Amino acid sequence: MSKGEDRQTQGVRPSLFLERQSYRRRRLTDAARLLPVLGAALIAIPLLWPSGDAVQDGIPLSSAILYIFSCWVVLIAASLIFGFASRHKTANDDSEPESDRWQP
Amino acid sequence: MATLNVLILVCLGYVVLLFGVAFAADRMAAAGKGAWLRSPLIYTLSLSIYCTAWTFYGAVGNAARSGLEFVTIYLGPTLVMISWWWGLRKLVRVARSQRVTSIADLISSRYGKSNTLAIGVTILAVLGGTPYIALQLQSITLSFSIFAEADPSGLYRQGASVFWVAAGLAVFAILFGTRNLDANERHHGVVTAIALESVVKLFALLAVGIFVVWGVAGGIGPMMERIDASEIGQWNVDAGRWTTFIFLSAAAFVCLPRMFQVMVVENADEGHLRTAAWAFPLYLLLMSLFVVPIAVVGLDLLPEGSNPDLFVLTVPLSQGNDWLAMLSFIGGFSSATSMVIVTAMALSTMVSNHVVMPIWLNTQEGAGWVSGDVRSVILISRRVSIAVVMALGYYYYRLSGGGAALASIGLVAFAGISQILPALVGGLFWRGATRTGALVGLSVGFLLWIYTLLLPGMGGVLMTETVLQNGPFGIGWLRPQALFGIAGMDPIVHTVMWSLSLNTVAFCVASLLSFPSPLERLQGAQFVHVFDHSVALRGWTGSVAQSEDLMIMTQRIMGAGPAQEFFQAEAEKQGGRSSLPEPTPAFLERLERELSGSVGAATAHAMIGQIVGGSSVSVEDLLAVADESAQLLEYSSQLEAKSTELSRTARQLREANTKLTQISEQKDSFLSQVSHELRTPMTSIRAFSEIMRDSDGLSGEEQTRYAAIIHDEALRLTRLLDDLLDLSVLESGRVNLNMGGDTLRSVLDRAVSSALAGSNQTLAVRRSKASERISLHTDLDRLGQVFINLISNARKYCDADDPVLTISAHDVGGQLVVDFADNGSGIPPEARSMVFEKFARVGGDKAGGAGLGLAICREIMQRLGGEITYLPGQGGAAFRVRLPLAYQQAAQ
Repeated sequence: MSKGEDRQTQGVRPSLFLERQSYRRRRLTDAARLLPVLGAALIAIPLLWPSGDAVQDGIPLSSAILYIFSCWVVLIAASLIFGFASRHKTANDDSEPESDRWQP
Repeated sequence: MATLNVLILVCLGYVVLLFGVAFAADRMAAAGKGAWLRSPLIYTLSLSIYCTAWTFYGAVGNAARSGLEFVTIYLGPTLVMISWWWGLRKLVRVARSQRVTSIADLISSRYGKSNTLAIGVTILAVLGGTPYIALQLQSITLSFSIFAEADPSGLYRQGASVFWVAAGLAVFAILFGTRNLDANERHHGVVTAIALESVVKLFALLAVGIFVVWGVAGGIGPMMERIDASEIGQWNVDAGRWTTFIFLSAAAFVCLPRMFQVMVVENADEGHLRTAAWAFPLYLLLMSLFVVPIAVVGLDLLPEGSNPDLFVLTVPLSQGNDWLAMLSFIGGFSSATSMVIVTAMALSTMVSNHVVMPIWLNTQEGAGWVSGDVRSVILISRRVSIAVVMALGYYYYRLSGGGAALASIGLVAFAGISQILPALVGGLFWRGATRTGALVGLSVGFLLWIYTLLLPGMGGVLMTETVLQNGPFGIGWLRPQALFGIAGMDPIVHTVMWSLSLNTVAFCVASLLSFPSPLERLQGAQFVHVFDHSVALRGWTGSVAQSEDLMIMTQRIMGAGPAQEFFQAEAEKQGGRSSLPEPTPAFLERLERELSGSVGAATAHAMIGQIVGGSSVSVEDLLAVADESAQLLEYSSQLEAKSTELSRTARQLREANTKLTQISEQKDSFLSQVSHELRTPMTSIRAFSEIMRDSDGLSGEEQTRYAAIIHDEALRLTRLLDDLLDLSVLESGRVNLNMGGDTLRSVLDRAVSSALAGSNQTLAVRRSKASERISLHTDLDRLGQVFINLISNARKYCDADDPVLTISAHDVGGQLVVDFADNGSGIPPEARSMVFEKFARVGGDKAGGAGLGLAICREIMQRLGGEITYLPGQGGAAFRVRLPLAYQQAAQ
């Protein structure tokens, strides 16, 4: 998503169907909105694990650490990617509708 | 081994370093240098005051007791940060556009600037902050005690040291947090110092972690084996606690006053959130990376019964690594200090803005205070409230005995402050949320939190053991830790579940049932639809271009001369090279004060806000502006009414003046005419009497003729004087009317006979006697005088060969109309307007009249309530007399 492409889309009358670049950017925003849902789901998974007690062996703590920290890294990376990808977006943030409102 | 004295010296040195950093950063910001002070990196690092001493020491302790449970309080904030696009972004935008100074301010602003609500949130924040402060005191004290145990001098006493730590932190927070008075302004110095502290504590914890993994355990692989082999080596986390703590930490991350301060109030640019969204979770990850290894190694190495909350310190000490222990001590110390500074700053702002200032302004009403007084009051109130908050923390520490685990104290504070969440989220996303709803919800949650968590946690002093066991007054279902009979839950989970769910229910129900005020509804719309109303707010950058705009605006309001003088003086005060001053806050404040003298405070504020930017105009501003303009409008309409009245009076005066001038002119011409009229007969009388006196040879016949002339002229003079007298009596209105009743016919009969008597000229009078049977009630003699005058005028002036006068009478709608028309040539049109004037004569001096007859007629008719007019188009001279049938007193 270079600056040149951004310039191309500027000055074009807003239409009902967006150009490929704008469309991609919208879906990126959607992804960013869904990210917390994904995060919540990932960190809720340990709830399904059996608890270790005297009778039965549970999940080893090292695996639990690996799982949780991996999820964490995935979330951070996704957030980082979104942050960089949407960096150009803020320039014309206000001219573009944020929601999927229909533009006449 | 480091002694206590060395430790205290290190602490003091560290504090001095922090002061130096803050001072330098403030200097650089003031000089306009150091753009990196406002960089996303500094912002992200400043967010890390979330990690307090609780995190630094308590996380390891928590891990040693419950395994991975400690990670929940980091996962919550991580979720909040990665959902910044629809959460924090809105919060920051709203706070910036409403110029919010604290979370209490935000809540109060959303719900129609309700100060009650602000006070409620402030109290909640202070009470929620109290356990937290106690936590910092405890952690510092504990870390001191570790070093003290090894200190050979043995002078250490724990009770006294807590007091001195509390006092020291209070002084430190007062010095640090109240240097800048302006709460709206970003504190570059403090934020930079906090960023430095966050680097120190991360570095310290990572250093200990690396030492433990590679220095003690011998690498990652052995470390993992050691973890699995330890007593916490299995996943053993209660599902309820896991979920509750993640939710609780997420809620507290947004609601904590200190987090709100650094995340929202100190935010210089919305775009920084984009970086913080990944960088802050990364920071949290690094902070928690080595927690489990340190805990496991601590459990292995240290003797049974040693406090796991201090493993970060004691593990390096047990390995003889004093310098690492010192580093970790400084890390813990900096965690505590940064938290205390920002909490004190945030809480003192809230207390002074929402509690002290309203009370002080109420008591000072009408005392004519100036701005300087308020500043000193704010300063004092902030310092006192910092001291009070620290004292409360100390008191809580003494009450709770200092024994409870660090993590549980922190969670108590989290649960308290999270009660704000329903009102906050509801206010941001639901337009139907009302002030009543927020108040009810907050109160319910707050009371439940105190009853179920805070009081039981403070030991047996405030809540006895019997109440805990059997409920108040023996009511079982009200047991503080088993509401509604549901026992066996973890106390924190129990409290969070009941207080937050009942809080939310109360908030929603009360909001649905109540009706918001207009201001509330406007604010609600502004908050919920903030992205439709505002633009992204950039950091404030002063430029001379703004000064020019300000100059133009000021000239319009104050006038060119005073505005230029003011700007010149300001520029000189700043010592700048250019003629325009830099738009510094101090200058803007003075300008606003200057302008508010002309246009009102609210308008001035809004105008400057428009030009300088950084904040949009709030509804309250607009309302104030509307008030001011309404006052102006009323004033101007009053002025308008007065000016209309003045111009009316002036017009009346002008009319009166014109009338007076006319009357005066009339009087002049009247006098000259009278003297002329008197002069003619007098001249002939004098001449003939001189002849009779000086001539001797006059015959008797001549004498008789001259004497007759003198007599005639004297008679004429007498008549003239009589007429004048009559006219003056009539005009002055002092005439006495002799009212009487008769018919028109008899009045006319008498008039005709007397007018024609003794005349040799023939004038035929035509009358219709039938129509003259009209009875009158008026002054008959005066009316007869008018008739006689008209008839004799016709006799004298009618120039027809056979003069005929036609007299006709009608009764027109209760008015008697009598027309006198002759068959002569009439009065020429140009003279018609003059015939009723005094001394007006038509057609020369033929008949020898003085020209007063018709003037007298007009006066008589006016006295009698009627009028006499010339009637054109009748062939000859015609006059119409109108008279009311029954005389009514004419208005004088």
